[in-house]
Amino acid sequence: MRVWDRNNVMLAGREDGPTVVLAHGFGCDQHMWRHVVSEIGQWAQVVLFDHVGSGKADPAAWDADRYASLDGYADDVLSICRDLDLQQPIFVGHSVSSSIGVLAANREPDRFSALVLVTPSPCYIDDGDYRGGFTREDIDDLLESLDSNYLGWSSSMAPLIMGNPERPELGDELTASFCRTDPAMAQVFARTTFLSDNRADLAAVSVPTLVLQCAQDAIAPPEVGAFVHAQIAGSQLVTLDATGHCPQLSAPEATAAAITSFVRAAYR
Amino acid sequence: MTATGGRDPHGPGPGDDGSARPSAAGFPALLEDDLEDLYENAPCGNLSTLLDGTIAKINGTLLAWLGYRREELVGRRRFSDLLTGGGRIYHETHFAPMLAMRGEIGGVALDLRTKDGVRMPVLVTSVVKAGSEGQPQLIRTAIFDAAMRRSYERELLSARKAAEREDERLRQLVSKLQRSLLPAVLQTPPGLDSAAYYRAASTDEVGGDFYDLFPLEDGRWGFFLGDVSGKGVEAAAVTALARYTLRAATVYNPDPAAALQNLNTVLWQEYRQDARYCTVVSGILTPTPAVNAFTAVIASGGHPEPLLLRGDGSVHYHPTKGRIVGAFPNSRYTNTTVVANPGDTLLLYSDGLTEARPPSSETADGRYGTAALARFAHSLAPTNATTAVAAVTELLRTFGAGLSDDTAILAISAPPA
Repeated sequence: MRVWDRNNVMLAGREDGPTVVLAHGFGCDQHMWRHVVSEIGQWAQVVLFDHVGSGKADPAAWDADRYASLDGYADDVLSICRDLDLQQPIFVGHSVSSSIGVLAANREPDRFSALVLVTPSPCYIDDGDYRGGFTREDIDDLLESLDSNYLGWSSSMAPLIMGNPERPELGDELTASFCRTDPAMAQVFARTTFLSDNRADLAAVSVPTLVLQCAQDAIAPPEVGAFVHAQIAGSQLVTLDATGHCPQLSAPEATAAAITSFVRAAYR
Repeated sequence: MTATGGRDPHGPGPGDDGSARPSAAGFPALLEDDLEDLYENAPCGNLSTLLDGTIAKINGTLLAWLGYRREELVGRRRFSDLLTGGGRIYHETHFAPMLAMRGEIGGVALDLRTKDGVRMPVLVTSVVKAGSEGQPQLIRTAIFDAAMRRSYERELLSARKAAEREDERLRQLVSKLQRSLLPAVLQTPPGLDSAAYYRAASTDEVGGDFYDLFPLEDGRWGFFLGDVSGKGVEAAAVTALARYTLRAATVYNPDPAAALQNLNTVLWQEYRQDARYCTVVSGILTPTPAVNAFTAVIASGGHPEPLLLRGDGSVHYHPTKGRIVGAFPNSRYTNTTVVANPGDTLLLYSDGLTEARPPSSETADGRYGTAALARFAHSLAPTNATTAVAAVTELLRTFGAGLSDDTAILAISAPPA
């Protein structure tokens, strides 16, 4: 089955529970979820994967044109659901994967039972009255940051390949490989992520949706979460007392608890 | 700042231990005895933040760089507030997750935004300070002015990008030149099947193998497959000369032995100083469509013997004789005849195939060899040109890194009865 390798699909949790797909955002990979997997795995079959261009996804599957649009990533999500024959999964998308989940669910609404949008932002760039939080210049600046850290990234790949005998506590491959991406692929994913505008897609969402945001988020401020909540009819909004853009890292218990109680209510 | 660095500056100094010689541990403290001053005016920015990024402590050096007063930042702002917009995203999506994962992160290039809005390139290193029970408490960050280094890196980066562009241009050029030395589309004699495959050993050098299959005016067809010594631009020039000489000679006089003699003369005249020569099999094919067959008159100049895969499943090499073309002044070549009956396939190849060193070679020298090729052909026969070339292409793929030379394959087959 091609998608297993293409997206480095991993399974965790209990087979007899409802299926929860955890989709990582721009920057890292499926290990972003490691602090919430065991908690959610108590009651769910957890499906983890890496987007093509991230983590341990198959580099041969990379296609700069295909992944220059979030539709390419949404296609992958749908093909994972199809090929793994997932039964009505709950799709949990972090950051840009929220938009990817919205696109996938709008295309095949019957395939998903619910959406959880973690720190979503349908549009990162300010536009008229809409405050995305960033300007076009900021995004160019980010692309330059990726470029500037290009040299460092290449050389710091060496310890990963060599192993790290002097520092066994850091030696495991996970810590070394975490957040490492091919800079050229990261450039494309960054562009796709931060220049996409999916505000118009929100109103078409027809599956039960939870919007999960942080009280303090330097990337997706509370106004953006409120916007998403207002655009998706019948959605719930939960604001975690957490800081940063990655509550699954900074407040894993609260994040897992919010997802769990949303799903419990939906399945009751 | 490590635990040993936290020594009380007013504690015992050098000499207090009664030793006449200053101890290694105590001596430097004589000169650097004010740790508070060392922290405040260090040649780098020092910053401590809570786990949520809120600034807890900041030194004078960093305040001076940023143009803020201490009370404007401590307890009020987060580290990411000091970054440019793009840096803020990089911090949230890469820096903070990696720091949380590993407990430390070093040498990351970011830009600070000063109070006046000026951008300041820095290199940032952070460690998580753990409490007595290992629980994370604070993030300690050292920030270095990187204006010079970053402009140097930017130059490196643009040089690297320029090199990558040049490399791409070279590859394009090589692949265009390579294509120009091979037929754009392989033609097929009526009633027969033909197929070819070419694999260049390298993407930045033109290979030295060549082949062609082309109609003559009287219904016969000319074909050849050869291998020029060496590779690169010089070999490409010889390849072009060999290909067009053979083709012109064959059109002028459809006699393979005469064509090779012609080519030998031309290469000897042109390249004897440079020891440029080639091996080649050249032939004239006469289709006999009424009986689903063809005959081929073949001459060889030092080239590996063509392989015949018969319709009855048998396989044999077609024996040829002839010296390497261009190596001696008066080489003579002889024609032999191959009769291909219905279902027979004639396979020409260059020694890139037989000289490859596949991972699972059975020969003493590690080469694939003609015996293995005959066995492989036997497993295919009876076959046709398209299937045979596809199978050999797949075989080459399994050789992986063991395939070090250019490889060309040309097959012509008669349809089964």
